[in-house]
Amino acid sequence: MMIRVTLPAHLRKLAQVDGEMKLDVEGQVTQRSVLDALEARYPMLRGTIRDHVTQKRRAFVRFFACEQDLSHESPDKPLPEAVATGAEPFMVVGAIAGG
Amino acid sequence: MSGVRVLVGTRKGAFVLTSDAKRERWDISDPHFAGWEIYHLKGSPAEPNRLYASQSSSWFGQIIQRSDDGGKTWHQPGTPPGEPITAPDGTPKGESNKFVYDTSSETGKPLTTHQWYDGTAHPWEFKRVWHLEPSLTDPDTVYAGVEDAALFRSTDGGKSWHELPGLRGHGSGDKWAPGAGGMCLHTILLDPSNQGRMFIAISSAGAFRTDDGGKTWRPINRGLHSLYIPDPTAEIGHCVHRIAMHPSRPGVLFMQKHWDVMRSDDAGDSWHEISGNLPTDFGFPIEVHAHEPDTIYVVPIKSDSEHFPPDGKLRVYRSRTGGNEWEALTKGLPQSDCYVNVLRDAMAVDSLDKCGVYFGTTGGQVYGSADGGDSWAPIVRDLPAVVSVEVQTLP
Repeated sequence: MMIRVTLPAHLRKLAQVDGEMKLDVEGQVTQRSVLDALEARYPMLRGTIRDHVTQKRRAFVRFFACEQDLSHESPDKPLPEAVATGAEPFMVVGAIAGG
Repeated sequence: MSGVRVLVGTRKGAFVLTSDAKRERWDISDPHFAGWEIYHLKGSPAEPNRLYASQSSSWFGQIIQRSDDGGKTWHQPGTPPGEPITAPDGTPKGESNKFVYDTSSETGKPLTTHQWYDGTAHPWEFKRVWHLEPSLTDPDTVYAGVEDAALFRSTDGGKSWHELPGLRGHGSGDKWAPGAGGMCLHTILLDPSNQGRMFIAISSAGAFRTDDGGKTWRPINRGLHSLYIPDPTAEIGHCVHRIAMHPSRPGVLFMQKHWDVMRSDDAGDSWHEISGNLPTDFGFPIEVHAHEPDTIYVVPIKSDSEHFPPDGKLRVYRSRTGGNEWEALTKGLPQSDCYVNVLRDAMAVDSLDKCGVYFGTTGGQVYGSADGGDSWAPIVRDLPAVVSVEVQTLP
């Protein structure tokens, strides 16, 4: 399944990509399978979105899609159909901070 | 013609400042890793164009960067994009930002908790790399001091990192507690005369030494006196801010502690105070002249609550007698309305003749002296807050 992923600017720079990315995800499309595919293709992103050891989402990183905040969903819950079909992107977002 | 390269880590990126040996005209690089906190970057003594940098953010964690061309270009050591993430034998290739505490049974005492601010046991959690210390002889070997305090080593140019667990496991680790800035291992000194000997310092646990290449460690805090801990002369718990040594005399150590400037003449086995006539003995960095082992520099800061120079005057203090007798160095430094701080890793010296001295401030200035501190001039004034300064003397 070809899905679309957007990253915050700092991670795009680390991964050396511009704009939206397309990722081939095998099997069910979940947060875990998307991030596994992302990190396999861009290993320099390992540890930046979820912790190396616990695999938990880093505190200041959020996951949005289809105008929903999916950050607190189970990593193994299927993502919305529109993400799985590539109609909508899976958005990795850095939390805003002032100052 | 020889010259110097000053490596500056700031809250919003790294900068490389270069000059010829006159140290009058400087080239200031564009920011590297713009927007990221660069706690430290340092070059390999064995291969000066090999640089390592600690890049981190509260959002995306720790990144290690490496340059093999003196800071012109950088890459994350490990697996380049598009290459398989496992070696032909199936083992994972390097993951340069993976710092995992050792909990293996071989280390004898896998340690899982330290003391938290409220005295409760708190799990060890990796936060960032504070200091990178390249080997004196091998460009691919580099040590990393991290928060929560531990010492890691890479022997493959930063691709993969492994803890030296004997430090945390030596016996007092479960009693270590963080200072206000976190529980960081911020100082790593390699003894050039003894490959097995290394000194490290942790806020706020104290100083430690190994004589066998990092397998076993012991606290070296005898003589320290800290009124902010219940037992002022306890074996651990001291908030050591920085230690410095001269490579020709590695058994003599100089320490800037939370309060007190200290000296050891026996490789840390015992310490005595050398604060002498300093206007305040609080501060962060301490550094030794490149050619005069008894000439040392500190930047006194008014107190642990204000964290700026006394009387709004930015003064480096120099002792030419190994401590106790200090002179204020003010020429070229602001002597009114100055309220910046100089952090622990933000002072360094070059080894040209005359010795150059450099420091960076939380106000974004980097000052340099090409005459051992007699006079100063800003190299650059408006960087982000400076966290670290290192200097390479180039052939």
